[in-house]
Amino acid sequence: MLTFTLRRLLLAIPTLLFISLIIFLLVDLAPGSPMSEIPLTVPPEVRKKMIEALGADQPVFVRYILWLRQFFWVEPANLIDGWFGTNLVGGEQRILSWQSRSPVFTVIGQRIPQTLTVIGTAYLVGIAIAMPIGIYSAYRQYSVFDQIGTLIAMIGFSVPTFFSGTLFIIVFAVWLPWLPTKYDTTLAVTDWSSFLQQLRQMAMPVMVLALANAAAISRYMRSSMLENMGQDYVRTARAKGMTERVVVLKHVLRNSLIPVVTVIALGIPSIFGGAIITENLFGVNGIGAALIGAIHANDLPMVQTLAFIFAVLIVVFNLIADILYGLLDPRIRYE
Amino acid sequence: MSDLSIPKAQSQFGAVWRQFRIHRGAVFGLIVLGILVGFVVFGPFFWPEVKLKVVEALKVKNQGPSLRFPFGTDQLGRDILVRMMAAGKVSLAVGFVAMMIAIFVGTGIGILAGYFKQLDGPLMRLTDLFLSLPLIPLLLVLVMLFRDKIAAIMGPELGAFLLIVFAIGITSWMQAARIVRGEVLALKEREYVLAAKSIGVPARRVILRHILPNIISPVMVAATLGVAEAIITESVLSFLGLGFPPDFPTWGRLLFDGLNYLQLYPERVIWPGLAISLTVLSVNYIGDGLRDALDPRIRGR
Repeated sequence: MLTFTLRRLLLAIPTLLFISLIIFLLVDLAPGSPMSEIPLTVPPEVRKKMIEALGADQPVFVRYILWLRQFFWVEPANLIDGWFGTNLVGGEQRILSWQSRSPVFTVIGQRIPQTLTVIGTAYLVGIAIAMPIGIYSAYRQYSVFDQIGTLIAMIGFSVPTFFSGTLFIIVFAVWLPWLPTKYDTTLAVTDWSSFLQQLRQMAMPVMVLALANAAAISRYMRSSMLENMGQDYVRTARAKGMTERVVVLKHVLRNSLIPVVTVIALGIPSIFGGAIITENLFGVNGIGAALIGAIHANDLPMVQTLAFIFAVLIVVFNLIADILYGLLDPRIRYE
Repeated sequence: MSDLSIPKAQSQFGAVWRQFRIHRGAVFGLIVLGILVGFVVFGPFFWPEVKLKVVEALKVKNQGPSLRFPFGTDQLGRDILVRMMAAGKVSLAVGFVAMMIAIFVGTGIGILAGYFKQLDGPLMRLTDLFLSLPLIPLLLVLVMLFRDKIAAIMGPELGAFLLIVFAIGITSWMQAARIVRGEVLALKEREYVLAAKSIGVPARRVILRHILPNIISPVMVAATLGVAEAIITESVLSFLGLGFPPDFPTWGRLLFDGLNYLQLYPERVIWPGLAISLTVLSVNYIGDGLRDALDPRIRGR
């Protein structure tokens, strides 16, 4: 297990390097770079100064190595400095956003709590909805409940979040003025009424994302339960005279959760991607909104860094899912 | 005399179709998709676009449903029904063409990886790499950076179409490649492949004559689901304002344009959203039905 983990960790390094190279080159070599967008009225020497100030006059590979160094050394060192008051960075250049001239990671640090509050809650709500539905549909396979569950899950797969989100806005904000359409990021939860306000503004984005996730997870839960229901150990447990409750919720559920847990882990990075839409629709000022803003403003360092963070999330959670699977299922033993 | 008649042998297509018909969702999907395709392909013949002068168009802007404009008009006095038909054509075309690219690349890589042992490792590492790419951010960046340049070369409409179709196609072939590789790995150990090899059939012909026809079923299912995926991805791009230009809309773009008028005219968002959702839902159901119908183990029952 340990050697497997170590090997996967080592394998993740070239993967990440390769992805970072793709992202860097894609953004860097593209024709629509901001260097071409400096107005022609700017005199040539000023234009040169501007390009130098952005560090864009260096060769591509120099900038790539510099960016890697900034990403993997300067930024973590800066974080450690902030925590322990050490001085590892020593005044080295951090990754600067071209929009605001402030370090990219400061911006990301400000945005991430918003994303995590909304998306984290949505994922937890989604799992909480999906589990019981999946378990009961499997227990009563082909019953009315199961059929309706299947239909709703199919609709949940097919209706894109930007449409379900707009429908929610039309119903709950325009027709019935219950919920605010826009998420107010500046709201600070200090007392009971502001807490209620926070709940109300979170309700729509959380429900939209939760329903989309619940559709997928409940299907996995159902098929995993069905696979275990027919096993011999279930018959043995029933034959021993155990109650249905114990058989289903203890024996079957525990074994069925193994693949579901890995699916949940694998789904986390993709919901960060999906959250770009929800954040945009409801005006949640998270990292998805930051990415869209940076794309529209041609802020290359911000776009590169955010895209790479998304890639890191995918690689890390793939790794976590693999290791979890090995830990949870004693039949799986990685050599 | 007892009836000993042997059941009439039926073609494979007939058997597949009979199983497909049993799946209620799949039949529903086929009907709905048929209606939608008919709407966007033949609709314009029955409901041609009426060219209005600017002054006339301004007079009829933001109208509700009427006999003249069954879906109403938008903020520039354009007939929403006409726009829905035009947008649907583009949306469906994007879905089909992007799926074709993805399936072509995916099947090719899957066959190469499954059949030739020395290619398996590198190609599957490549597939894993592509699976780790953050797709939506990457597609957004691709469209943002290349849109204007390609539009300058090929015109805004064709440029946007080719860029988006190509971008979606080359970022969604991985599932197909994995499925095909698995199938090929199993197929190439079968006796008839061995027999073909032993009489000296070259690899190219073994693949084309013996392996390719046998992996059609999973590829077809993957292709069906790929259409749904591509339509959703395109509408996400359009929804975020990085898709098609407004005078060459898709359903996603119409929805994006309608968002500004959400409070006053919610139907402008609902129609395109409903069209996207129904298309994806019916395609998903057809894929489900096909999976059952093409699997001979299920078909026997």
